[in-house]
Amino acid sequence: MKTKQLFASLLLMAYGLGTAQADYTLNLMEGVTSISKDVYGLHMLVLWVCVFIGIVVFGAMFYSIYFHRKSRGYKASNFHESTKVEIIWTIIPTVILILLAIPATKVMLEMDDTKDSEMTIKVTGWQWKWEYEYLDSGIRFFSSLDEASNKARQLNSGIDPRTVPNYLLEVDKPLVVPINTKIRFLFTAADVIHSWWVPDLGWKKDTIPGFINEAWTSVEKAGTYRGQCTELCGKDHGFMPIVVIAMEKADYAAWVIEQKGEVVAQAAAAEQDWTQEDLIAKGEKVYANNCASCHMADGAGMAGTFPAISNSPLVTGDIDAQVELMLNGKGMMPAFGQMLDPVDFAAVTTFIRNGLGNAVGDSIQPSAIKSLQAAIPEVVYDDDDE
Amino acid sequence: MSAVTAEHDHDDHHDHGPEKGLLRWIITTNHKDIGTLYLLFALAMFFVGGMMALVIRAELFEPGMQFVSPQFFNSMTTMHALVMVFGAVMPAFVGFANWQIPLMIGAPDMALPRMNNMSFWMLVGGILLLASTLFMEGGAPASGWTLYPPLVLQTGAALPFAIFSVHMLGISSIMGAINIIATIFNMRAPKMTLMKMPLFVWTWLITAFLLIAIMPVFAGAVTMLLTDRFFDTSFFNAAGGGDPVLYQHIFWFFGHPEVYVMILPTFGVASTIIPVFARKPLFGYSSMVYATAAIAFLSFIVWAHHMFTVGMPMAGELYFMYATMLIAIPTGVKIFNWTATMWQGSMTFETPMLFSIAFVVLFTLGGFTGLMMALAPIDFQYHDTYFIVAHFHYTLVPASVFILMAGGYFWLPKWTGNMYDEKLAKLHFWLSAVSVNILFFPQHFLGLAGMPRRIPDYAVQFADWNMVSSVGAFIFGFSQLLFLYIVIHTIKGGTGEKVSDEVWEDAHKHGLEWTLPSPVPYHTFATPPEKIPTEHF
Repeated sequence: MKTKQLFASLLLMAYGLGTAQADYTLNLMEGVTSISKDVYGLHMLVLWVCVFIGIVVFGAMFYSIYFHRKSRGYKASNFHESTKVEIIWTIIPTVILILLAIPATKVMLEMDDTKDSEMTIKVTGWQWKWEYEYLDSGIRFFSSLDEASNKARQLNSGIDPRTVPNYLLEVDKPLVVPINTKIRFLFTAADVIHSWWVPDLGWKKDTIPGFINEAWTSVEKAGTYRGQCTELCGKDHGFMPIVVIAMEKADYAAWVIEQKGEVVAQAAAAEQDWTQEDLIAKGEKVYANNCASCHMADGAGMAGTFPAISNSPLVTGDIDAQVELMLNGKGMMPAFGQMLDPVDFAAVTTFIRNGLGNAVGDSIQPSAIKSLQAAIPEVVYDDDDE
Repeated sequence: MSAVTAEHDHDDHHDHGPEKGLLRWIITTNHKDIGTLYLLFALAMFFVGGMMALVIRAELFEPGMQFVSPQFFNSMTTMHALVMVFGAVMPAFVGFANWQIPLMIGAPDMALPRMNNMSFWMLVGGILLLASTLFMEGGAPASGWTLYPPLVLQTGAALPFAIFSVHMLGISSIMGAINIIATIFNMRAPKMTLMKMPLFVWTWLITAFLLIAIMPVFAGAVTMLLTDRFFDTSFFNAAGGGDPVLYQHIFWFFGHPEVYVMILPTFGVASTIIPVFARKPLFGYSSMVYATAAIAFLSFIVWAHHMFTVGMPMAGELYFMYATMLIAIPTGVKIFNWTATMWQGSMTFETPMLFSIAFVVLFTLGGFTGLMMALAPIDFQYHDTYFIVAHFHYTLVPASVFILMAGGYFWLPKWTGNMYDEKLAKLHFWLSAVSVNILFFPQHFLGLAGMPRRIPDYAVQFADWNMVSSVGAFIFGFSQLLFLYIVIHTIKGGTGEKVSDEVWEDAHKHGLEWTLPSPVPYHTFATPPEKIPTEHF
């Protein structure tokens, strides 16, 4: 009788499968690293072991349910003990478990071996974005949900997620890595615990404030691989995707040169004098990407949790006090001092004071922000909510 | 509920009956009344927690955000878990324990009746305090039921209230556990030695010890959260020399045995029901007892398998993997024993048996996925995805909750003296059994395909199975209204058929409770019974 219902649900699922989208998967993905393939192999092994045990046990049970029923006039026997079978069905599972533990231990040890890595990338989890720092080449940037997804995911946005390419799995600036290179990852977090997971790499790792975790990968195939944060990290936990682009080594080398050029350009931009209009125009975009998820697109905030920006005494008051708060954070407000470059920081500060219903009229230059940022110690822990 | 009022004609023990009116329920020290209170409260909370689950499934019906904000969504997942664990499943089993343990061991009442009353009302207070956080500034806790710091420290005004409610629930559970242990050790009928106790009593005895061991640990962990937030300690704050992962170790030292608190009594009820409808003694009684004890022991030494991804040293990862795999052995023994109990029985399939068989099958599915995620390297893929959500819901809903339904149908005729409507009950079973699979089975696919848990919105390739799952959720949820109707209908008179003392054919061979009149008188076993059923020997 249970079979009927299992069949019914299987049928339903088979129907669902027919209408499913092309990239739909029912099973774990095999991935693009030797580790992910080992993990997949182990997954399939234990899955088939379970299927086999299930067939034996449920087979016996359904045989009994069908044949040993009162309505067929079956008379109950009275046996209720047998040390022999008890020993048998303790030993058989024990043997199966040992046979599973051996390959599992092997894969485990392989995953742990971060020796001889060719490059190191430090990943820092923030509420709600990722920071990537290439320790060998000095490239450092933040990666957050792309604008199209971010607009569509607002409550009752009216935008159909199906029209957004890679909805919730696209970022403004992806992590770029070379293929066939052993890359060591270091993980930490700036505020709460996050977890960095790209299924195609075969593992996930928690990023924990104050601690450093390690893992490694070596991607075998060029391509774009997507993942998400997998440790609940607050309201936008579902909106901090990961995109990894694995490139041929030559392409990667070109990308590194380009990035280094951008670092120089950025530094130059920070030295320039900006007009207020340019700062406000740039600041509006920075606000949408970094501030709007809490303080709302119109600056109205959320009563009780996130203060309004429009007509806020802090924002319309002394500019230094506002900059100080944005640099160092407070309670749930992240410290943006390390998250935004001087130009973005100055732009959003200026935008907030002259937009969203505020009209203070002043502005701040990136160069001023730059010297303030230089004074911040390298790692700041948000240790108090007072 | 008039079901448990005294039926003096059956009882040669003519003393006072229950108080009249509402006061009866407030000041009662009668184990049957308190059992009823626990069960009704649990049923109410089952619907409250269920509505929260439906908010979650409604939001996840389609990609995009339609109904609630992400913050409120997180509050719902958190409160759904806390209400279901501490408000529904645990109290429901305490309700069964209150009703059944004295009847099964031939005792007149629980050993500590006044404390029994207090532990119930403390539970109500704790849950109300928890529910009140929904209306506080900043909303209810939204960090998941595990309350991990540093995230949980970002909770608004609700944090201290949630922590105090955990304290109250803990005190309530500990008092209940002490009461059960005192009753079982001191009040058994003279001939009922420990190894002749019904398995339900055994599983509760072991569960009670688990509760006493773990609830103070949880209380300690949340108190450390409280001092971290308000008194400037740094237990879990790395910047102050603390360690956020320390909390996870403490929490799961509580949390892993806690899941066995919900499943061991489930095993006990299943081991009680299956032999009655197989018309055969339970197979391997003593191995069932030892397996339960083994599972309880193992539950204390496997906690960090919930934390394979936090970056433990290799030795730790391997140890917790091996230890976790061991749990499959005693659990397997139990499943084999239930199958062997059915083997060559003379089975009938009344509703309690249907729910019990569904439990054995679907709990085994949950056990299989449990074995899969015990393997640390593949857990790196499964961890914190919908695969995990599917796993633990299979071990809780079609397991614990189904067995609660089974127990309800099994004992309600005994308690009320009325028979439930078998046709409706079977309809309830089939609706539940089919929809629970539509609800949770696709979540395996979602998790394997890469959908993380605790997210309010998802990429479009997860849309189809989420929709199937939500449809299942709504069918399952609304089917339970049928259960509510059947229970009320039974209490009010049921089919009108007078049930016999043993209710189920030859049940008197299986337990003392079936030797009592139906409905069970308000006071029972004022003198201990001379004979006890010896069916399982």
